[in-house]
Amino acid sequence: MTLETDGHLKSHATEEVVIALEGVGKWFGDFQALKGVDLEVRKGERIVICGPSGSGKSTLIRCINRLEEHEEGRITVDGIELTGDVKRIDDIRREVGMVFQQFNLFPHLTIMENCTLAPLWVRRMPKKEAEANALKYLERVRIPEQAHKFPAQLSGGQQQRAAIARALCMNPRIMLFDEPTSALDPEMIKEVLDVMVELAAEGMTMLVVTHEMGFARTVADRMVFMDAGEIVEVADPETFFNAPRSDRTKLFLSQILQH
Amino acid sequence: MAQTRRPSRRRIGPLTWARENLFSSWMNSVLTLTAIYLVYVSVPPLVDWALLSAVWKGDSREACLAPDAGACWPFIEARLDQIVYGFYTAVERWRVDIVYLVGAAGLAWLALPRLPFKRTVGIGMLIVYPLLAYVLLTGGMFGLALVESERWGGLLVTLVVSVTGIVASLPLGILLALGRRSRLPVIRMLCVVFIEVWRGVPLITVLFMASNMLPLFLPEGVTFDKLLRALIAVALFSAAYMAEVVRGGLQAIPRGQYEAAQALGLGYWRTMGLVILPQALKLVIPSIVSNFISLLKDTSLVSIIGFFDLLGIIQSANSDPAWATPNTAFTGYVFIAAIYWAMCFSMSRYSQNLERRLGAGARR
Repeated sequence: MTLETDGHLKSHATEEVVIALEGVGKWFGDFQALKGVDLEVRKGERIVICGPSGSGKSTLIRCINRLEEHEEGRITVDGIELTGDVKRIDDIRREVGMVFQQFNLFPHLTIMENCTLAPLWVRRMPKKEAEANALKYLERVRIPEQAHKFPAQLSGGQQQRAAIARALCMNPRIMLFDEPTSALDPEMIKEVLDVMVELAAEGMTMLVVTHEMGFARTVADRMVFMDAGEIVEVADPETFFNAPRSDRTKLFLSQILQH
Repeated sequence: MAQTRRPSRRRIGPLTWARENLFSSWMNSVLTLTAIYLVYVSVPPLVDWALLSAVWKGDSREACLAPDAGACWPFIEARLDQIVYGFYTAVERWRVDIVYLVGAAGLAWLALPRLPFKRTVGIGMLIVYPLLAYVLLTGGMFGLALVESERWGGLLVTLVVSVTGIVASLPLGILLALGRRSRLPVIRMLCVVFIEVWRGVPLITVLFMASNMLPLFLPEGVTFDKLLRALIAVALFSAAYMAEVVRGGLQAIPRGQYEAAQALGLGYWRTMGLVILPQALKLVIPSIVSNFISLLKDTSLVSIIGFFDLLGIIQSANSDPAWATPNTAFTGYVFIAAIYWAMCFSMSRYSQNLERRLGAGARR
């Protein structure tokens, strides 16, 4: 992988916009989780979203594959606007992979079956091809030997890497990561982040919600800071970490970078 | 690397075992002695009645009239055909035998883990077998003589009603459970009303309505078989119970499982069929089988709408003056109780076995 002189990963961002959010609003009961969020993500771009808990980071990326429904504004993914139309939602979900904080592997299936389920049933891929494909991605996340075990037999880090492989097996154009390392023991965080850095180096479009600031510095093309449902600041990592403009960003950074 | 050895298990003799497990405290000792006493007063007399003092040979009640005689087994022998076939036309009983044999062979094939072609046999048992059984048992086509369901009885009726109920109630119950959790208000409402109405009415009432009242509401000239009406009633009744069992399982599946499946683009039916239901049903196997068992025993209620199921046929046999002895009734009841028990106990054991096998790799 190509690191530039400042230790930052080479950017793959292009001009083509693949995700566009315009004035997106979302409520949970009376609580407004997202307030007029505007964001454009370009193909190959890597965006790291951070902010205090309850600031709407997860809600934001969950709106992109409609695990949450936005109630205001427009979301366009890959040229398709997200509406109530079930067919379109499934079309988008095929192109957008997601990795969850709690892994959410299917416990009744082996790792191999977890990885081939959607290619077999959604992409209608022949079984042989789906298995070869799954093995390729399991090798990439460095757990091919775990293919025939059940999720409960793997460590947390291995489970999360299997979950990443499962998402990649659908050959998505965009990957969403919702705090992928927050449920892991410290010694397992690195193995997951390493896989994510490799993925970034290959040019995958990524939206990552995380508190791993070292990862953000290396990988992010743009940092997005959210607080109370709003995007407070968007900046390249250099500016974001060294010269943040907003007081809220400064406060947040001082709190998480203290140790 | 130096490995530490697991300490070898201490060998203990039976006396030590008894002291540690049966008489470890005064409370435990009292319970042990009480249990021994209960076994002493109940088991030997029963064995004596059923085996030692029982009458095994004879052609009529005279054989069983001896003052100290126990169970009157010749009575069962004389009535065995009725117990198994009811009043099914004697020369046509080979048809029932085929249905029994194919059914038993198919079930055994599915239950034994080692045999291959499970899917083919399963589909055959679910689709081909019911048709075969229907044609063979009812007749009136393919040159088979018609045997009206009024003539069926005994074990045949018990098995037909309970197997139909079991096979129909599980898929219906799953659909009702999914409907009750649906986002669509009309479907949800319909399912809630269906489930609550059927669960709120005693099975006897349902059977009475199916056999006596339903014909009054049907247009003139439209009739359908009384046994069929009872079958539908039993299936719908147990589907309502099954729905609640399945719903319990669905609720135990974490939200993340739905989200992961949705995020992969699986859609509603595939999410349910491939991810949620396999996990949910596994969790509720004990309750599902418990429902099957109570359904099997509840089929004895069809005797009140005029069918002679296992219980009905024994009751009618008991009142036969040709076999009136002090032990006749008790012998009959013990015999069918043993049949019911054997069927229920096998289901229970099979479900435990299934749970163990399914739980082997996939513990959370």
